[in-house]
Amino acid sequence: MIVVSTLFYLFSFIMIASAFMVVLSRNPVHSVLFLILCFFNSAGIFLLLGAEFLAFILVIVYVGAVAVLFLFVVMMLDVEFKSISSTVISYLPIGMTIGFILLAELILVLFTWDRDSVKIIAYATENNEQISNTEMLGMVLYTDNILFFQLAGLILLASMIGAIVLTVNHRPSAKRQNISVQVDRDPKESIENIKVKPGSGI
Amino acid sequence: MITINHYLVLASILFVIGIFGVFLNKKNIIIILMSIELMLLSVNINFVAFSSYLNDIMGQIFSLLILTVAAAEAAIGLAILVIYFRNKGSISVDDINEMKG
Repeated sequence: MIVVSTLFYLFSFIMIASAFMVVLSRNPVHSVLFLILCFFNSAGIFLLLGAEFLAFILVIVYVGAVAVLFLFVVMMLDVEFKSISSTVISYLPIGMTIGFILLAELILVLFTWDRDSVKIIAYATENNEQISNTEMLGMVLYTDNILFFQLAGLILLASMIGAIVLTVNHRPSAKRQNISVQVDRDPKESIENIKVKPGSGI
Repeated sequence: MITINHYLVLASILFVIGIFGVFLNKKNIIIILMSIELMLLSVNINFVAFSSYLNDIMGQIFSLLILTVAAAEAAIGLAILVIYFRNKGSISVDDINEMKG
């Protein structure tokens, strides 16, 4: 139990510190790297909570895809490195006010909510020690919640099409394959027989 | 002893850091997108904490769905960012006021 507590505090401390660094860092590349650190530590938190599949998905999808996408864009765009501190003064009062109101409300809700009221509406799945987390997730995801699974795929398809449509760059000078023109080609007009006299060129 | 409240406090601190990032940043839209990712991560922690506390696997399925939406959102946001930079040559928040909002 002491190991779990130590690990929780370690992961959460590094996570909060790196989240602060994401927001406050001067260099966007450093921000992305701190974001990756934050994702790794939240994967550790998920492991502590017993959600192994989500922890590994977090590392694979977030660190492997989303953070690398951010890194690509940060490095491709020629962004000037400006610290947040140059503009932070003018927006500090309103930001502080809203942030503290939100934090106070969240913590207030946290310490006054009735834990037993949640148990009534939640239908608990059987906590079976024989089945791993991944197996249990698969058993529920592909049967009862197939709609969510399909919707996730649809969302990814829509975002893929959207990203391609947004970033595709049509240059009129670029040579492209025109299939209908190729199919319409007629041998009569594209092949010509010429009688060439010996000794002379065409 | 780590209770669910610890996880909820952690998630709320992370969420507020994300909100701070959105509010205080006026130089770089990429940082704002990263702050949104942080907020979605804190929501995920909330879902998984309740899923673990209630022994209910549905929380983790919702968390999976949020993960998908976050990935899609990052892809679309970065695509918009790239074409904006190609057209205007800047991604500073102060310069993006075409709509005069």
